[in-house]
Amino acid sequence: MSEAFVLSPEFNPAGTATGVRPLASAGRGERGVIVKVTGHSGAAEAVVAEELERRLLEMGFVEGASIEVLHEGLFGRDPIAVRVDDTRVALRRREAGAISVKFDGR
Amino acid sequence: MTPDSGAAAPSVASPLADTARIALVGNPNSGKTALFNALTGSRQKVANYAGVTVERKEGVLTAPSGRQIRVLDLPGTYSLRARSPDEAVTRDAVLGKLAGEDAPQALVCVADATNLRLVLRLALELKQVGRPFVLALNMFDIAQRQGLRIDVERLSTEIGAPIVTTVATRKRGLPELLDKVEALVDRQTLTADNAWHEPSPAEIRAAHAEAQRIFKACVKPPERPDTVTGKIDGVLLHPVAGLVILLGLLFVMFQAVFTWATPAMDGIDAGFAALIELTNASLPKGLLTSFIADGLIAGVGSVLVFLPQILILFFFILLLEDSGYMARAAFLMDKIMGGAGLHGRAFIPLLSSFACAIPGIMSTRVIDNRQDRLTTILVAPLMTCSARIPVYTLIIGAFIPQQTVWGVLSLQGLVMFGLYASGIISALLVSFVIRRIFWRGAVEPFMMELPTYRWPEPRNVLMNLWTRARIFMSRAGRIILPLMVLVWVLSTFPYPPEGATGPAIDYSIAGRIGQFLAPLMAPIGFNWQMTVALIPGMAAREVAVAVLGTVYAVGGEDGETGALSTLLKNQWSLASALSFLAWYVFAPQCLPTLGVVKRETNSWVWPTIMFVYMVSLAYIAAFITYHVAVALGAG
Ligand SMILES: Nc1nc2c(ncn2[C@@H]2O[C@H](COP(=O)(O)OP(=O)(O)O)[C@@H](O)[C@H]2O)c(=O)[nH]1
Repeated sequence: MSEAFVLSPEFNPAGTATGVRPLASAGRGERGVIVKVTGHSGAAEAVVAEELERRLLEMGFVEGASIEVLHEGLFGRDPIAVRVDDTRVALRRREAGAISVKFDGR
Repeated sequence: MTPDSGAAAPSVASPLADTARIALVGNPNSGKTALFNALTGSRQKVANYAGVTVERKEGVLTAPSGRQIRVLDLPGTYSLRARSPDEAVTRDAVLGKLAGEDAPQALVCVADATNLRLVLRLALELKQVGRPFVLALNMFDIAQRQGLRIDVERLSTEIGAPIVTTVATRKRGLPELLDKVEALVDRQTLTADNAWHEPSPAEIRAAHAEAQRIFKACVKPPERPDTVTGKIDGVLLHPVAGLVILLGLLFVMFQAVFTWATPAMDGIDAGFAALIELTNASLPKGLLTSFIADGLIAGVGSVLVFLPQILILFFFILLLEDSGYMARAAFLMDKIMGGAGLHGRAFIPLLSSFACAIPGIMSTRVIDNRQDRLTTILVAPLMTCSARIPVYTLIIGAFIPQQTVWGVLSLQGLVMFGLYASGIISALLVSFVIRRIFWRGAVEPFMMELPTYRWPEPRNVLMNLWTRARIFMSRAGRIILPLMVLVWVLSTFPYPPEGATGPAIDYSIAGRIGQFLAPLMAPIGFNWQMTVALIPGMAAREVAVAVLGTVYAVGGEDGETGALSTLLKNQWSLASALSFLAWYVFAPQCLPTLGVVKRETNSWVWPTIMFVYMVSLAYIAAFITYHVAVALGAG
């Protein structure tokens, strides 16, 4: 199933600040700093929002952490492997929708 | 667990009063298992925690002071908040609330010195619990090689716990670690009352910020940071090359499992056959001898014969895990498996199921989410396990002509391949259906640390292999043996009447069940002999071959598949034979698997569902195969 990654229209966790986009939309090689982590990925999750938020935080996805997209999967460029500070983490784009990043050079 | 009287009621006079209890906690991939192995060597015991199917690993060591220390290895975790049964055990053990367990007197928090950020937050959580702990900065050799500078004294003050540096794989730092542990045990006081509770997101953020502050204050970034992992990942995680390499690895692994294991399996087979013969020859003929030879020895043999394959498979899996590749494999496979509603981590259990579904189902414990885990368990037996191979070989050898198609491919090989492919495809379809119909919508997050690549340590790999083999043997043995005995009883009693001409099994309960079911199986082209063979074949799939030999009374000896296959060719139609193959792709012809599912899910519901859906699929597939074949003139 290559369900396209769709964000609901009302989903805009970090406002429209310039250069801030969900990590879900990032391509390989993009770097930035996490500005906001919520539990709302914009997709149906098996865990409640707060739980998703806690898991992301526990894996080191916290506001202020530096982030870089290292690798992408073949199908739908999903999942992605990212560097968070100095840890490498793999996650799906759907969960990455809960992380807003201010990307460099935009 | 043996009831340790001294531990339950500590008294000064008791000789066990000097036994200390400690537990290891830490992030995954911190070297916790290696440290546990280094500390306890071969003095390990693996069992289950009371009431839950989480592995309980405990070992004993003797400290330089002469004191005995019992070490509990807890499942790896990033926080004390439990997301899976494994992590719940860690939390409860740390809090001293685990049913049937004494609280550990001290904890060892194992940290990868080169990857401290996340573990510092875990250490802060431990501090809240108030149970004394030592922080073991493991992988210190790598930290030194990278020129990472850690202000150990400052770090120790900041987190309020003594610190030792260790290299688990070289057994460095262990005496110092035990020294500190003993000092904590001797103090015998909690450092504070338990102030731990499930942290809210805000509290996690605060703890993370605090951990970050400590990290910045105590750790200087490495002068020679690891760049190898990034380079290797550039190839191994490449969208296309990565998948190709993964497939290549799997191919090599399968080759190894099936070719390397053959001599050992033949040896075991021959050994048990000789043992059975010896038993029959040296004991007086009778019920007891038959029980020992055909029930017990044959039963143990039928389990042991798969051990070589399982060991080789585990060996590869351990190499892939210890090197850090397994997380990459899950990454590469996630989308493909996710399409069928399976979690990326289901990859390893399903892979193991090609050797045998039992270790496969046991290894679904790595999957956190219950629904993901159940889906994986339900489809695991559809993977073509090696117990099906004897059946497939017999039937294919008898019915499929040895000819080549398109010049290069052997037709027999193609049919074999088709059977494997049907297994895989149906597993994906079934899990897809389960996901869509029964557990709609919600998808469990997939989030996994990709550890730094490391050379696997041979000693460590061998020790873990030994542990896993032991677990498999004891669990499988405990389930398979009684079942083999049951099947022996069913196929032995009652005895044939005086002067009976047919083979004895025809008169047994199994024979009667078979004959009773025969009308039911007639629509799928099974004659009653085939149906009878299915009943003892429930003990293990390959047993059906021996039973067919018995039912058709081929020379009295099993092993003469040549004679048997000629006989089958004359007795069965091609359509029946194909239908039998189709049946074997799907049918739950393996009671031990159902037993393991019962054990792992702690309920009869799941084995029942598995049985029903697999029988239905088998019947439908065999029905279609039979009728299509007949229509094409193969009846
Ligand atoms: N160089 C080095 N490697 C280690 C050390 N401790 C563990 N390892 C290796 O790190 C890998 C992961 O260790 P393991 O014990 O499986 O980690 P666990 O997931 O925490 O149980 C294995 O390949 C070990 O051989 C150490 O102190 N130094």
